[in-house]
Formats: sequence, C-alpha cells, structure tokens
Amino acid sequence: MLWAVALVGWLDSDQTMFKNSVFSPVSPQALSITHLTWIVAIVAMAILLLVTALVLYAAFKFRRRPSGFEPRQVFGNSRLEKTWTIGALVVVAFLFVVTVRTMRSSDRTPPPGEQPNLVVTAHQWWWEARYPQSGVVTANEIHIPVGRAWLVQLKSADVIHDWWVPDLGRKIDAIPGHPNHFWIQADKPGTYLGTCAEYCGAGHAWMRIRVIAQPEAEFKAWEQHQLEIPPKPTSGDAAAGNKLFDNFTCVYCHAVEGTPAKADVGPDLTHVASRETLAAGRLINTPENLGKWITDPQEYKPGAHMPNFDFSKQQVRDLVAYLETLK
Amino acid sequence: MSDIPFPGASEALPLPVPQERTTGLLGWLSSVDHKKIGILYLLAGLVFFGAGGIEALLMRIQLAWPVNSFLSPQAFDQVFTMHGTTMIFFVAMPVLTGLANYLIPLMIGASDVAFPRLNALSLWLLICGGLLLYFSFVAGGAPAAGWFNYAPLSEKPYSSTVGVDYYSLGLLIAGIGSVVAAINLIVTIIKYRAPGLTVRRLPLFVWMVLVTQFLIILALPALNASLVMLLIDRRLNAHFFQAASGGSAILWQHYFWAFGHPEVYIVILPAFGMISEVIPVFSRKPIFGYEYVAASTVAIGVLSFLVWAHHMFAVGLGHSLDTMFAVSSLLIAVPTGVKIFNWIATMWNGAIRFTTAMLFATSFLIVFTIGGLSGVSLAIFPIDWQVTDTYYLVAHLHYVLFGGTVFGVFAGIYYWFPKMSGRMLSEKIGKWHFWTMLIGFNMTFFVMHFLGLMGMTRRVYTYPNLHDWGLLNMISTIGAVIMGISSLLFIWNVWVSRRSGEPAGDNPWEAWSLEWATTSPPPVHNFDRIPPIRSRRPLYDLEHPDHPDWKNGH
Repeated sequence: MLWAVALVGWLDSDQTMFKNSVFSPVSPQALSITHLTWIVAIVAMAILLLVTALVLYAAFKFRRRPSGFEPRQVFGNSRLEKTWTIGALVVVAFLFVVTVRTMRSSDRTPPPGEQPNLVVTAHQWWWEARYPQSGVVTANEIHIPVGRAWLVQLKSADVIHDWWVPDLGRKIDAIPGHPNHFWIQADKPGTYLGTCAEYCGAGHAWMRIRVIAQPEAEFKAWEQHQLEIPPKPTSGDAAAGNKLFDNFTCVYCHAVEGTPAKADVGPDLTHVASRETLAAGRLINTPENLGKWITDPQEYKPGAHMPNFDFSKQQVRDLVAYLETLK
Repeated sequence: MSDIPFPGASEALPLPVPQERTTGLLGWLSSVDHKKIGILYLLAGLVFFGAGGIEALLMRIQLAWPVNSFLSPQAFDQVFTMHGTTMIFFVAMPVLTGLANYLIPLMIGASDVAFPRLNALSLWLLICGGLLLYFSFVAGGAPAAGWFNYAPLSEKPYSSTVGVDYYSLGLLIAGIGSVVAAINLIVTIIKYRAPGLTVRRLPLFVWMVLVTQFLIILALPALNASLVMLLIDRRLNAHFFQAASGGSAILWQHYFWAFGHPEVYIVILPAFGMISEVIPVFSRKPIFGYEYVAASTVAIGVLSFLVWAHHMFAVGLGHSLDTMFAVSSLLIAVPTGVKIFNWIATMWNGAIRFTTAMLFATSFLIVFTIGGLSGVSLAIFPIDWQVTDTYYLVAHLHYVLFGGTVFGVFAGIYYWFPKMSGRMLSEKIGKWHFWTMLIGFNMTFFVMHFLGLMGMTRRVYTYPNLHDWGLLNMISTIGAVIMGISSLLFIWNVWVSRRSGEPAGDNPWEAWSLEWATTSPPPVHNFDRIPPIRSRRPLYDLEHPDHPDWKNGH
C-alpha cells in the first residue's frame, strides 16, 4: 500500500489529480461522503495490511524445509473461528452505523410536496435544464447560486442516464417513467465538471456536465440575461443565417425564444453563444468550432442525433454568424 | 496398476460406462465421457478467452490516450459489450463447468456423471450459444448495450441492429445448457459418491461446486425469463421494459441482477473450491476449519440471493431498500473473510512448496482481498453513489473476477493438468507466466481505482484530456499488454507440456483426494479400484497406516 500512496504523491505533485473528484467536495452532502470514504479506506487498509502481512509471513516463514519434514496435522480451532467471525461482524456493524449516518446527511429526503428549484432532463446525449421559478431554459451548463441547497428533479427523455458531479455529491439515475430527486449545492463559486455515468449509447462519452456556481447577485444577473430575447439580426450573414435556421430543419429539433423554433429534441439555443462548450463538453465554444460542428457533427460526436446536412461553406458561415448573435 | 492396489479397496460404483467407439476428431465431437467433455469445455473457454482478451486489448488501445480515434464509439460499444458477455458467459462458465465436469466424478470415485448424454448436450448448447452470439458480428453488428443490457437502451428504438437479438438467443441457449449441466452435477454428487464418502468427507471443491449448481438452477431462470421477455418486446412489439408504453425500465434491472448477483458467486465459488484443494496440498496440512469453510460457502450461497439491488443503489429505490441491501451485502463479507483466514491458517506452520499452482493460490489471497474490500466499500451505498459506474467499479470487478476467479483457475489448472494429460506443466514457463500475470494484472487494474475516484466513468470510448487521466490510462494499457503476453506464455506452456512435459505419474503432488488414486490420465471408466474412504483424506490414510486421519476422529 505504501507504494500506492507514493505513486499518488508522485503523480499528484502539482495537486491537480484530485481536482473535480470524490476528494474535492464543495458541498456538505459531498463532504459527508468524502469523510465516510476516508473512514472506510482506513478500515480497509488495516484489514488489507493484516491479511498481506499474514500471507507474506506464512509464505516466508513456513516454506518447506529440506527432506521429509511433515508439519503437525492441525484440523482447525473453534475458538479461532469464532474470533474471526465475530471480529468480522463487529467491523461490518461499525461500517453499517457510519453508512446510515452518512445516508441521512448526504441525501436528505425532500419534504413531501416540496417543489424542485431545477428540473433536469437527460437526453441522448445532452442535458436539458429548466428553472421553474424563473422560466429559464438552458442546456449542459447549469448555473446555481452559491451556498443554497436546491432540490433538483431528474428525468429522462429516452434511455437511462445518470447525473454525476463528484464535487457536489451523489450520482443518481435519470430513468424514463421514474423521476428522481436530489439536492445540489456548492459552497464555493467555481465550475464543477461532471458527466453522465450510466452507459446510454454511442454518445455516452460526450455527455458531460458543467455546474457553474455563482454568488447570488451574479447568478441573478445571469438568470435575468437568460430571460431576455436576443434581438433578431437584420443584415449580413447573421440575417441570412437566421432565415436559413427558421426555414430549414433546425426548428424541428431546436428552440430559440422569440422565433418559430420551439422543439426540445436538441438543446435550446436561445443563448447558445453565452455557453462555454458545445455538444455537451465536446468542443470549446468558439465561432470556429461552432462552424466545424455544424459542418459535420458526426466527426466530433459520432452517433449524435444531429446529422451532417451537407451545408455549403457560405451556409455554415451564415449559421455561425446567426448563432453567435444568440448571446 | 496392480490388481488390488489398495488394501480394503472397493469396486467403483457400477454406472453405465460410456462406450467410446470412435477415435480421433469424431471421437471428441461425439464423446459422452465426462473427461473429454470437460476438456472440450476448457478448450471452448480458452478460445473465447482469446476472443474476449483481444476485445479487452482493443479497448485498452483506444483508451491509451485522450480523444483517441482508433475505434469509433459504435465499435467500442460493441467491443466492451462482447468483452463482458464473453468473459462471464463463455469463459468463466465453461472453464468452471469444464473443471467440475472433469474432476467431480474423479473426486467422488464415480465412473462418470449421472447423465452422460445430457452432459454432451450441455456442452454443445453452450458452444452453439457462444457461436450464435459471435455470429452477430457478421449478421449486422454485435450487441452494444453492455453485458447487463439495460432496457430501454436494449430495446428496438435504441438498439436497432440484430445484436441484442443474438445476445438474447445466445445467452438463452447457453443458459439452458448451464441449467442442464447443473442438474447433472447435483445428481452425480448426491447419488454417485463412492462408499464411505459421506457429505462431511467431500473434498471442498466438490462442496463448493455443489452449492454453485444450486445457485445456477435457481438464478439462471431469472435471466432466461427476462431474455424471453426482451425478445418479445423487440420482435413482437410488447412493452415489458418500455416506460413510454406502460412498461418498466427498472424491472429489467431487478430481473437481471436477481440472476446477476448469484452469478458472481457462481463464478467465484468453484475458484474458492480450487484454492481450498491447492493450499492444503502444497502446505502439507489438512484444510483448517473444514466445517467452517463448507458452511461459509452455504451462507454465501443463501445470501447471494438477497443482495441484488446493491447493483442498483444509483436507481433511487429509496433509503429503506438501500439500507436493507447494504446490510445483506455487508453480511456476505463475513463468510468470505472467514474463508480467507482459514486459508491463511492452513498455510500457518505448514511446509509450503511454491509451485506455480501455489504461487497463484497465495497471490489470490491478497488480490482477492483487495477486490473484496473494494466490494465492501461499494456495499456502503453513500460511497457507491459516488463511485459506482466509474473505473473504481471496473477495478473492483476485475480484482474479484480476474484476481479471484482467474487466479484460482490458473492455480487449479497447474494443479490438475498433470492428472488430465499425464504430463507436468513446465514450472519454468509457469513461473514466468505467474510473475508477468501478477505484474500486468496489478498495473492494469490498480490504477483504475484512482481513475474512478478522479471522475472517470466506465464505458466511455474516449475521455477529455483532464489532469493525469492520460498517464494513468497509459499505465493501464501497458499492463494489459503484459497480461496478453503472459496469457500467450500460458498457452505455450500447455502446448509444449502436453507432449513433452515431464511424466506426471498418478500422484505427482502427493495429494490426498480420490482423483490422485487413479492413473494420469485416468482410464475411460476412471477407477479400477477405489481405496477405502474412512476420512476426508483417503490417500493420506493409505500413506500413513500408523496414524491415519480416521483414527484421530476426522
């Protein structure tokens, strides 16, 4: 085990290895699980050290000595059997007690009738987020106010997915026909990375989550901005792109507030240009990457439900210009 | 052998001895001899092990560095699904059934299994099931919904190729074979033990195989039924598992894991049995606490039916169910821990010979303990909420199934190969095989604990370039390549030793159970004479007429 600790120390010399991990909790829920993990790790290490020491001692001490030595034939010892059976039961009972304690603190059961602050719907392969109080709709990048415990309702639009942001707490499945609830909270401002944790098909690897925790005022400002309808472009590439968007198949999957596009098969694009990434964490959101994505989504996210539409270079330029106005 | 090699020997139980009329290839294909069938099971397992191993290497190459494009996600998804399905159903099952098939009649002093023709049926059903599964590659695409094939991803709208249909039919056919084989072995063990071989004197391998067969006949039907329901959904448009039309996606998980968790013990208990044979013989002492090792096996068997929802802690079943399944899952650690301590106590004050078999058995004690302890951490469901479905879980299951089952099987094969072939496996190649496997295995899977804790989920065909993810994945891939080379060493060892290995003689390890009382390889009818059985170690009693076990009350 020492070599394992040394290996981690060497790998983690720049202190980044466990950033965004089970060991970097920023919520009380995640913190209580981290504490439990340490307790169990220490108990497990102790047992492993004991077993390893006994096995290695036996292996070196009791090797066959030369010629014909026959060890005493021992068939067992009831007292020893009882000792290790009861010893194992005591360890297990202790672990059970700490488990129940952490269950309560890491996953409080919501009071009946409590309305969710956020409704997240998992799709193949992106996350839809709706804020019922304010009416904000966004995708993949979820903003929350720092220090508040929000109740989230988690649903699925197709197959089983799983919400997991290790810094913030437990993972939980998004199951069609079985809405789940969990608490989300971050006590420090920052961006927390997560991902879909239940295999859900070809795009599973690129169904990543960003939770952006902002101080209350900043969050309010973000929310306000998300509620504004971006102005309709009137000239140039952007206007051409807007026309193309409204008249082409884009509107059958996407929504843009204030336009005829109202579908929710794909992410809501009302403020797509204000997001950090594209295609659920696949690409950094730059005009250049957006152009690449529109040109051939299958190149970057094979299996994605958005096909290659064989747009001309000019059409891609127009669409990018339009989408970039959706700040 | 002389006419009456053992004083007080009895005739082998009169069973209808299969008449082997044909020789050569046809002799093998048409055989109803449990020994040939056992070897065919092992060979089938080895071929599928090659396929599953290549699939594993393809995955490790794809994952060696971030955003690699060696495999498309569609190809990767087929490969990981086939890897898991193959290793569980067409490697672990046939290899363990094969060893049981070969050894059980010999260990209980019978001339064959109870139903030799049925035995051949089980074998060929299993092989046909595996071939059908692999035929999917050319029939339009292998299944790609994972080895536990969760609905609704496995349903027609989300898996439109025929892969899942081949998966269902292949597993159904192999599953029927497994149930038939289990019934056969149960009847054999209950009805055809040699005189004097009471249940309390059965070798522990036989004990554990017996418990395993009960698990098979109770668990497999849950899988078989759910496979039929899935086929009806996919082919006849029913809605068992489709929430959109009133079915339940969670129902599949309950059915699958009601089978799936006992299955874990189906593939580990026989390995426990082999360890329980190998450690005493190479420590020159009887097993410590025979009754406790046997009884803890029964306890594990019973508990294994009460723990399935620990695979479903992330489903959101509610705290009361989670708590109940955590209790049962934690409890199962107790009989398992008891076994570990009994094996260590068997080595204590012994005279240990570190043959390759014993090296695998000894390292099993440590690597299996690592897997068992990470299993305990996964039973503690708040931890499971964080680490399930990550590489931590992949590490856990491989420490249990590879460090446990495969290391146990390697110990068993080095131990019993001389009986099966009449030749010893090379100890020199064997030691290379062991050390490369131990190093490769730990390199591949130990780092996965960290990857999981760092946030890497399983079943991703690629991953972003985060922190040290690339480095740890590269270490894992190099380990996998070492494991691949090590497996080739093993195959080479079998290949050369079967012809030119040192002749084994009847009892090369000076072991004490009945299979070592006959020739190596045994004749078609197994035994000419069976030594008197007055204790658990009949051959020890023969060797030590002045202080036999039965005089000491064992």
